[in-house]
Amino acid sequence: MPLLPALRSAILLFIFSIFFIGQASAAPVADETEFKQLLNGFTQKSFAAKANTAQQVATSGHPKAKQVLEAMAESRLYFRKSDQLVVFADKDGRSYVLTDIFSNETLGTFSRREVSKVKTNNSLRAKLGKMVAEIELKHPDASVRLAAVEAMIPKLKEDDADLFGSLIKEEQDESVKKALQFGIYIGYLDSSKKERVLNAIEALDGELEPIVRNKLTSLANNSDDKDIKKAAKKSLKGIESKISIFSNLETIYFGISLGSILILAAIGLAITFGVMGVINMAHGELIMLGAYTTYLIQQAMPNHTTASIFLAIPAAFCVSGMVGIAIERGVIRFLYGRPLETLLATFGISLILQQLVRTVISPQNRTVETPAFMSGSIDINPIFALTYNRLYIISFCILVFIALFFILKRTRLGLQVRAVSQNRSMAKAMGVRSDWVDAMTFGLGSGVAGIAGVALSQITNVGPNMGQSYIIDSFMVVVFGGVGNLWGTLVAGLSLGVANKVLEPMAGAVLAKIMVLVFIILFIQKRPRGLFPQKGRAAEA
Amino acid sequence: MLDKALMNDRLIFDKKTQSFLAILTAVALLVSLLNTFVPEGHILHCSTFTVTLLGKYLCYALLAVSVDLVWGYLGILSLGHGAFFALGGYAMGMYLMRQIGDRGVYGDPLLPDFMVFLNWKELPWFWHGFDMFWFASLMVILVPGLLAFVFGWMAFRSRVTGVYLSIITQALTYALQQAFFRNEMGFGGNNGLTDFKEIMGFDLQSDATRLGLFLCTALALGLGYMACRYIVCSKLGRVAVAVRDAESRTRFIGYRVDKVKLWIFTFSAILAGIAGALYVPQVGIINPGEFNPINSIEIVIWVAVGGRATLYGAVVGAILINYAKSTFTGWLPDAWLFALGGIFVFVTLYLPKGVTGFLNRKQEQLA
Amino acid sequence: MSFKKLLTGTIAGLTLSTGAMAADDTIKVGVLHSLSGTMAISETTLKDTMLMLIDEQNKKGGVLGKKLEAVVVDPASDWPLFAEKARELIEKEKVSSVFGCWTSVSRKSVLPVFEELDSLLFYPVQYEGEESSKNVFYTGAAPNQQAVPAVDYLMNDLGVERWVLAGTDYVYPRTTNKILEAYLKSKGVAEKDIMINYTPFGHSDWQSIVSDIKKFGAAGKKTAVVSTINGDANVPFYKELGNQGISAQDIPVVAFSVGEEELSGIDTKPLVGHLAAWNYFMSVEAEENYSFIDAWHAFIKDKKRVTNDPMEAHYIGFNMWVKAVEKAGTTDPAAVQEAIIGVSVPNLTGGFATMMPNHHITKPVLIGEIQADGQFEVVSQTPGTVVGDAWSDFLPGSKDILADWRKPLSCGNYNVKTSKCSGQNY
Repeated sequence: MPLLPALRSAILLFIFSIFFIGQASAAPVADETEFKQLLNGFTQKSFAAKANTAQQVATSGHPKAKQVLEAMAESRLYFRKSDQLVVFADKDGRSYVLTDIFSNETLGTFSRREVSKVKTNNSLRAKLGKMVAEIELKHPDASVRLAAVEAMIPKLKEDDADLFGSLIKEEQDESVKKALQFGIYIGYLDSSKKERVLNAIEALDGELEPIVRNKLTSLANNSDDKDIKKAAKKSLKGIESKISIFSNLETIYFGISLGSILILAAIGLAITFGVMGVINMAHGELIMLGAYTTYLIQQAMPNHTTASIFLAIPAAFCVSGMVGIAIERGVIRFLYGRPLETLLATFGISLILQQLVRTVISPQNRTVETPAFMSGSIDINPIFALTYNRLYIISFCILVFIALFFILKRTRLGLQVRAVSQNRSMAKAMGVRSDWVDAMTFGLGSGVAGIAGVALSQITNVGPNMGQSYIIDSFMVVVFGGVGNLWGTLVAGLSLGVANKVLEPMAGAVLAKIMVLVFIILFIQKRPRGLFPQKGRAAEA
Repeated sequence: MLDKALMNDRLIFDKKTQSFLAILTAVALLVSLLNTFVPEGHILHCSTFTVTLLGKYLCYALLAVSVDLVWGYLGILSLGHGAFFALGGYAMGMYLMRQIGDRGVYGDPLLPDFMVFLNWKELPWFWHGFDMFWFASLMVILVPGLLAFVFGWMAFRSRVTGVYLSIITQALTYALQQAFFRNEMGFGGNNGLTDFKEIMGFDLQSDATRLGLFLCTALALGLGYMACRYIVCSKLGRVAVAVRDAESRTRFIGYRVDKVKLWIFTFSAILAGIAGALYVPQVGIINPGEFNPINSIEIVIWVAVGGRATLYGAVVGAILINYAKSTFTGWLPDAWLFALGGIFVFVTLYLPKGVTGFLNRKQEQLA
Repeated sequence: MSFKKLLTGTIAGLTLSTGAMAADDTIKVGVLHSLSGTMAISETTLKDTMLMLIDEQNKKGGVLGKKLEAVVVDPASDWPLFAEKARELIEKEKVSSVFGCWTSVSRKSVLPVFEELDSLLFYPVQYEGEESSKNVFYTGAAPNQQAVPAVDYLMNDLGVERWVLAGTDYVYPRTTNKILEAYLKSKGVAEKDIMINYTPFGHSDWQSIVSDIKKFGAAGKKTAVVSTINGDANVPFYKELGNQGISAQDIPVVAFSVGEEELSGIDTKPLVGHLAAWNYFMSVEAEENYSFIDAWHAFIKDKKRVTNDPMEAHYIGFNMWVKAVEKAGTTDPAAVQEAIIGVSVPNLTGGFATMMPNHHITKPVLIGEIQADGQFEVVSQTPGTVVGDAWSDFLPGSKDILADWRKPLSCGNYNVKTSKCSGQNY
């Protein structure tokens, strides 16, 4: 191991020289045969040898170097067993399509037995990432350079900072310059010159990058110099208070996103249970059907993940809605006025639906892919990021809520639903087809459950048991919020979500959940009809 | 006709009760005889395996009777009776654990294995006293009873009814399940309590002990049934039925509805606890899975299938469904859930009085 | 009195069905895996594996000149039912041995039954150790055959210095983490560099925990997560890791409960590079493995089905049992118990597995990285095989205990300090 740092600095020196010479004259592009020879090093088995080869490739300055290293990191680099030729390969079913590295020409299709992968492991891939970043520091596009600098900062080593120091002199772009300067200051924190360290501490005041904090902490604890110690401590204090603000914000964000999932899962129930007084134990399975619809659509259009999600929303609504209507017409309509018995019948239905999925599709969990636009996060700062998929789910939840609210308050169906739920016989007397309204309401509630399934497929298992894990939470939300009130569901879902997340760091995930349950039990004693009780005669029925 | 039925209903030892007790006694005697005196291998021999299986069914039957008491006669759909059952079971399990003594894996004379394993140095306070059978028996009654009393006292006083009550009973058992899963609670976490050796000095693995436990369960079922019968036929029982059918009216007449509910609910929880206590030594394990809300729903379904508000219907339902479960899951695991689900839907739609109600009607039609 | 009839009918039915006798021209083998309920996802595959193995053995002429007959029962993921079904298999069906169980609690539930009736159980899943029963053969990994080598790999090859031990709150993660904690401390890892976290079963909201892990990993030292998170909770956990931008290069996760079958329900593209430690991977290049996979695909009639570690454990366990029965010349459990110790059979990774006197077997330990196609690629392998250790050397309560079922010791729980054999049920 002691060899490596020495090797590294030697290589870096080599880069510098290339770089500086490169400014004056043309870079010494290693010629093709030499580069090919180099690539042959990848056919070796040992990871250390491969790392060594990769390092040489990185420093060769060959225009294809970056592409080769990237392909290697993505496991796209193979070699043909017959002639040990290193190539790019793309899997096509059970066979591989090979592409020549230099000519970009297709070399034909080969079977699994004829090619061998240039295997990588975790640490090798990490090294590759760094090599690519170092190459990219010289990329003509400023945004690529900026990304490369930013990628290097969290794990900045001393020699990297020196590299930055030399790069900044040539850099024209302001934002890249700023990032480089930032890196340089981080490097200064390790410096032996007091002046430099103090300067850096001042310049980095309030920066939230974890590396800054780590270095400051070690300065505050270990530095021999009093002034440095003091400055580091002061700066740290500022950082800590900022961090605690952001971590509170983060907790609330987590709470809201958990809450919005609870709302999505419960809001269909709020309609069937709240508005119609039907205890639908199969609600969880309707969510599951929505998730499976997403899965099936994705299977049908394998290369259009994004489109499949958008298509799945209406499809899931229809599938779950139809099943809901079938349940209503087939079973529940015979049981109106006997809410506790609907519970038993729908529990039976839930068992049937679960087993149906197991028999028809599979008892195993299914893979639902996440579209690219939903992964990743908005980085507000290095310690606080809003994950995209949660953001989408929160906004999706708001949309669904608004749509439902609109349907219930502004449409003819909504009016009829409210009429029937308030006074069935009176509504009938006024000419409302209560049968039809019942079926539609139940269909609507079930359809919304299906939509929730689409959202849940993005964050959790899609399997036959998924419904069961949401049914109890959904009931809690509806009961806590007050039956028959959409606002209640919204407030209840959000507050339970936030409460759960606030309690979790203090008490642990399990205790937090128990505390929330006990709270609901006690709350119901105090307000037996939930947060927003239904008023008037209907409430007593 | 109606009057006769009502009269008949008021007798504690009505015809149905008489025949129920007769069958129970006959089964208990027959099983003991077939188990003890018929040699093994004979076609009529009743193996100890069957005896224990029957014992388990009878525990379920007692549990179902306790649910029928609150649901059938009081109109409270408890989705949390599994919790009382499990608590009774845990109380008994703790006694059985203490009986292991130093025969555990780590040979600690005081601490059960899982505590040694978690590096606990001393017995938690709530484990003290469980080495004595009388104390454990008391706890079998007290723990579920007290929980039901406190829970019921709060819920009935603030008039939480119907669906709301069902959901919070479900929350109760769910919370308990989560709590018992925690290893820090001191109840063995997910693995629960197991590897029992003996009860009151009798080896749990011997045939005689198993037969004895079976007979105890039969006795408990008989007594529990009679107690429920007594309540149902008493004035309290009549009021309970009134509460079920018209709660507000009963209150306005001047009855303390909350008290009626509280006492019956507590009694029912105690019965469930006793059933759990008898269940544990026979099956040999108690773990938080028993708190699963789904289990509690299943109990309600036994009652629905057998026939609500009949008591004997609950017994029939519990045995029927569990026997079917044991038998059919073996050769048709896939079809079983379809069948079970189908039964629930069918019974609620077409047999609102359960199987026994249907058979009674058929009988009347024939008569 | 219709209901009386019903009841007596039920009882009669029960009594009659108990009277069935075992046929003499076959040897019965019990299969005790849940086919319904929550564990059915994992256990159904093992039932099919057993049927396949028994089928193949019969094609080879059976054992001792008799055909084997599988007796399959469904304990329905219900722990008390496991004990009941085990009793049914042994007492009623008179099976000569039983292959089954997955969770620890199911094994604990049936253990007294097997000891009382003196039958044999082959248990194919990796587990927490701290047990050695006369009647149980543990063909899955003990912690020293999975967890400890995985940690060694992270420490030596990836240079990990900070450790998150995350698990579901039950006995397997608790034990494994205790052993690992002791092991890490013995290697000089400081208390503050270890973070232990437990979550409930089926935990689905990992935001806070993943964020904590991220913060813990931002302290400047290389950090890794050792995950004993169980089954269903894994999918949301890995998804959240991806969402919060934690890649395998930043903070690798090594899992002990995630195999090919679990991965088939996860979109693995964001997970590439995360690790798992097992004793078998489907991707292992060995002739035995190829033919096993072919046989499996032919038997299950689905080319897409994967194979996994517990399947290999059953493969080994079954072959060991066959060999021991042939060696003993009888299926009598006592004779098989004696004969099986020392029996060696090929495993699927090109080596051999031997049954040790502590009823555990020898296994190679493989570390694999998750690939985009849902398979693992082996990145490290122990040079030889590792002997399963029933009693961990890293736990204060059990380091003096050893298990040896050979005569004259014949004890699963022998304390070398006090020379006492305790905790036995026979």
